[in-house]
Amino acid sequence: MSTAVASRGPAGVGAADPAGSRWLRRLRFFAAVLRQRPTFAIGYAIVAVVIVTALLAPWIVPYGPMVADPTVYLLPPGRGHLLGTDGTGMDILSRVLYAPRVDLAIAGIGTLVSASIGSCIGAIVGYYEGQRSWRRAVSASVMRSADVLQAFPVFVFAIALVAVFGQSVRSIVVAIAFVNAPIYLRLMRTQVLSIRRLRYVEAAYVAGASDLSILARHVIPNAMAPVLAQLSVNIGWAVLLTAGLSFVGAGVVAPTPEWGSMIAMGFQNVVTGQWWPSVFPGIALGVTVFGFALVGASVEVLADPVRRRILSGSLG
Amino acid sequence: MTALLEVNDLVKRFPIPGSGKVVQAVNDVSLTIERGETLSLVGESGSGKTTIGRCVLGLIDPTAGQIRFDGRAMGRGRSIRARDLRGRIQLVFQEPAESLDPRMQMGETLAEPLRYLGMNRADREQRVREVAEHLGLSERMLALYPTELSAGLQQRVGIGRAIVTRPELIVLDEPTSALDPTARAEIVDLLIRLQGELGTAYLLISHDLSTVRFISHRVAVLYLGTIVEEAESERLFARPLHPYSIGLLASVLLPDPELKRSSSISLEGEIPSPIDLPPGCPLAGRCPFADARCHKERPPVVSVGPRHLVGCFHHDRVAALDQTIDQFARFQEESNRLLSVGAD
Repeated sequence: MSTAVASRGPAGVGAADPAGSRWLRRLRFFAAVLRQRPTFAIGYAIVAVVIVTALLAPWIVPYGPMVADPTVYLLPPGRGHLLGTDGTGMDILSRVLYAPRVDLAIAGIGTLVSASIGSCIGAIVGYYEGQRSWRRAVSASVMRSADVLQAFPVFVFAIALVAVFGQSVRSIVVAIAFVNAPIYLRLMRTQVLSIRRLRYVEAAYVAGASDLSILARHVIPNAMAPVLAQLSVNIGWAVLLTAGLSFVGAGVVAPTPEWGSMIAMGFQNVVTGQWWPSVFPGIALGVTVFGFALVGASVEVLADPVRRRILSGSLG
Repeated sequence: MTALLEVNDLVKRFPIPGSGKVVQAVNDVSLTIERGETLSLVGESGSGKTTIGRCVLGLIDPTAGQIRFDGRAMGRGRSIRARDLRGRIQLVFQEPAESLDPRMQMGETLAEPLRYLGMNRADREQRVREVAEHLGLSERMLALYPTELSAGLQQRVGIGRAIVTRPELIVLDEPTSALDPTARAEIVDLLIRLQGELGTAYLLISHDLSTVRFISHRVAVLYLGTIVEEAESERLFARPLHPYSIGLLASVLLPDPELKRSSSISLEGEIPSPIDLPPGCPLAGRCPFADARCHKERPPVVSVGPRHLVGCFHHDRVAALDQTIDQFARFQEESNRLLSVGAD
């Protein structure tokens, strides 16, 4: 693998390569990185398993996720029901496997919406900040609004939003988008503040590039690395937020299979010794969040050309 | 014929936030560049040479004064991005690595300025190939990213991006300072060759006097934002008439340590702060020739020969010093000898 990396050196091959081998080389590079940093591999494995589970849930679950069989309520883990059944007699394994469909969809869409809105505003604010004119006032007011948004505790703020918009999947998505947008706004703004002073931006300016082309061609692509990393970490956090809202009853309504509401439904049983209705969804939730955090860490390294270069150097 | 670039009484002040004071970075600088000519701005760090370059490029707005390119005024309302100026003035930076977008292949970087001229894809590729040939870059290198190139090659690409639009003027801001001597010689050679082939004028900003000596037609010496002496390169290096020029040129490390330096003039102390400059000659506090008048009045810039301007009351006394001449003739010989390796 090290040869594949080394061949990208100054004397290396470039344009003449067919597209196929370039992709192959990237794949090899990726494999080498995973071998060097096994924690990244764990993260990708977890995320892959969770996504595949979500997609294939209808075909792999042993029971219907919302079918209650009152004759087998609170069965401990064992044959027939591998992870046991909950207080209404629903199969916990089936529900745990079905849950990422809801959790990932909400978290993923909410995070994507917040990232696109937040980073666009952040890029514009950062680019025009410090210039004389009305733009400066706009920048300042946007940033102060972000301060106000971030001053609220995220969870309380999300509950308030759900209360205002009504309890539905859509309002949870809106809440997630809303509470996360300032993170991307700030992240993008700081990145853009340093990038817009770089020499290649000045070169584009002198060459006659419009502000829009400078932003689109130079500033945003180079500012994306931490945003992408944040995106992955944030999906994990958003899953946690979704589960949390459901846990307190402000999110997804039972009996829809969802980790948070499952934990909430099962937690009375824990007192009487039946721990499995809560613990298994809890483990699934924790592992998923952890997996996304690891992927986030790897994206941060891989999306930054300089750090990527250092890493590929250490592979050789 | 009008000069290609004409800068008249350029002033740039940077306010220091909160203190009400200003940094007087550039004070009443006037200069001209003809087509195909190289004018160098030399001076210590903080002498305002980079600021002048950035004003010419429209990256910062001058506080006062006028910049005319090809007979027409630039500035408010007609920025460097105006359609009729696009691609006509270009720039090369000191830091080759920072000046290239790390996410763009060299081919894309070279083609980029052409995009803003509205050139179509086929024409852009054609032009990039031509430029790559000029620079001695192979087709393969065009697919590489900046981190995969050496500093010398990065700087080549930086120069390529500047010449790709066939500009009439290139502002070179310390183009060789970040390079090792071999790469430096190659870049100097490349710049001279390109000027010969394309007829581009250069505004060279540098403190690297051997580069300056080698590629400029004329040299302007800056001290605290003021041009203290301006002359044709040969003449200035052979016979500087401003005490500061002499001090600056004497500070050059001669390539051969055996050569004894006869420093008849030594400047005491540090370059003063450009905040709240006192009246009078800015060099007065450091100059061995200074008298009471130097501390009170700012010396006018006077012509002392063909295209030779000096801003010093005592330039005739400086001229009377014979021994300085040998020193610079020797410097000249020595730098010619060393640089002739790079210049066929």
